[in-house]
Amino acid sequence: MLNLLFVDLGRKIIVFMYFFGGLANLAIQTVYLTFKPPYKYDHIIEQSKRAGYESFPIVSVVALFIGFIFALQSAYFMQRLGAEMYIASLVALAIVRELGPVITALVVAGRVGASHTAELGSMQVTEQIDALETLATNPIKYLVVPRFVALGLMLPILTLYADILGILGSYLICVFKLGITSSMYMNITFTSLAYKDLFTGLFKAWIFGMIIALVSCYEGFNVRGGAEGVGKATTRSVVISFLMILAADCLFTALFYFIFP
Amino acid sequence: MIEILNLKKKFNNNLVLNDLSLKVETGQTCVIIGRSGCGKSVLLKHIDGLLRPDSGKVLVDGKEVAGLSELELTKLRSKISMVFQGGALFDSMNVAENVGFGLFEHTQIDHKEILQRVDESLSLVGLGGIDNLMPSELSGGMRKRVSLARAICIKPEILLYDEPTTGLDPITAASINELIRSLHDKLNVTSFVVTHDMTSAYHIADKIAMMYKGRIVLEGTPEEIQNTKDPVVHQFINGLAKGPITEAVDTFK
Repeated sequence: MLNLLFVDLGRKIIVFMYFFGGLANLAIQTVYLTFKPPYKYDHIIEQSKRAGYESFPIVSVVALFIGFIFALQSAYFMQRLGAEMYIASLVALAIVRELGPVITALVVAGRVGASHTAELGSMQVTEQIDALETLATNPIKYLVVPRFVALGLMLPILTLYADILGILGSYLICVFKLGITSSMYMNITFTSLAYKDLFTGLFKAWIFGMIIALVSCYEGFNVRGGAEGVGKATTRSVVISFLMILAADCLFTALFYFIFP
Repeated sequence: MIEILNLKKKFNNNLVLNDLSLKVETGQTCVIIGRSGCGKSVLLKHIDGLLRPDSGKVLVDGKEVAGLSELELTKLRSKISMVFQGGALFDSMNVAENVGFGLFEHTQIDHKEILQRVDESLSLVGLGGIDNLMPSELSGGMRKRVSLARAICIKPEILLYDEPTTGLDPITAASINELIRSLHDKLNVTSFVVTHDMTSAYHIADKIAMMYKGRIVLEGTPEEIQNTKDPVVHQFINGLAKGPITEAVDTFK
């Protein structure tokens, strides 16, 4: 029994290392091919439209609701202290530094990452990726690079947009429900935010974008076993993206805490 | 010339290619026959560098495929085309974009001229006027023929066919056989054809090689294969339910 447990554990460690080795290999090749001509601008624009432009509605709804909820939950405690006016700075800092990038990345991982894995996975099982290779086309250059660049570009833009809408959501609650004046809310928000807050949030968003692109494409390329395999890979892609986004967030938050105290 | 020397390939613990050797001269059409799952498609994928051998070599025009740099492999692949079993058409592109893909991506040829070449290729496989259809709107047979059109559109020197006539009606299958034969006669294309269809094999082959247990057990002209005394080949080409191939399977049961 104990023996089997160790065998199972050993197998899981090997699978885990194999995954990270493969992902690192894909990341290196993708970065190299991103800077190697020819550049497929039309593919990058198409992917940016799919990953970014088409994500605006869902990001709008999520960010606005997060703003509403955060303001209401903060008000519950702040009102007891008579410090409602500080809700503005609390919300602004939390959204710009943390919630904006993370929530946007999780939404995009679920919407775009899953779609990338399912699309590339279907291409893998129907031999379309092999067909690309036989037509002298590098699948990483053709399929991964445009998605990698598009998500790297679009996630910071979506995050900035989510930051604004999140703060707007909180503004609506504070001004129309809690009686804080509009000018006071805006004033507190802008004085509490520094450029470094915005920069660290957007930098993390850029990293999250690349993580989503690489994990989703890696899982898509490694699909085995038909439709069932595509389904499993899509689930795995979303779960791994979520975990890696949170791990990267933890790492960079700690790093920025020491670099920009 | 394509030369395969002592090729070995294993997937997990399953030895698919076991010391396989075969030689095909330039301009020859070699048909590989064998049971489903015996590794015929795996062999084709080694020739195009889609799979790397565990040991052994595949030499195309004297150059070892597995040892080529990325640039050399791209150059080699611009001379080789492959017709996939299921077509492997790109879902997101229409028929014209699929067929002209190689030319759109890797040549500076004028767009109009590429579309003309696309039309010529589609006409050759008997599918004129379907340029704007999407792969999802095509039948299985049409997909296979579009895949063949895509393969010949780049005017390759080597053509690899993975079961080109499986699933086609007898008339379409016969016209595909004619096309393979005419590409061989007119353009001196070297062809590797994987098939179960013995009628097709006898019609198009200069040489037939039978794969069994990861090896080539017999190779020869269509006449030599038809008249062979080898029990394995005899059972396969005559489609007999009893014989050494099925006995080996029964032993496992």
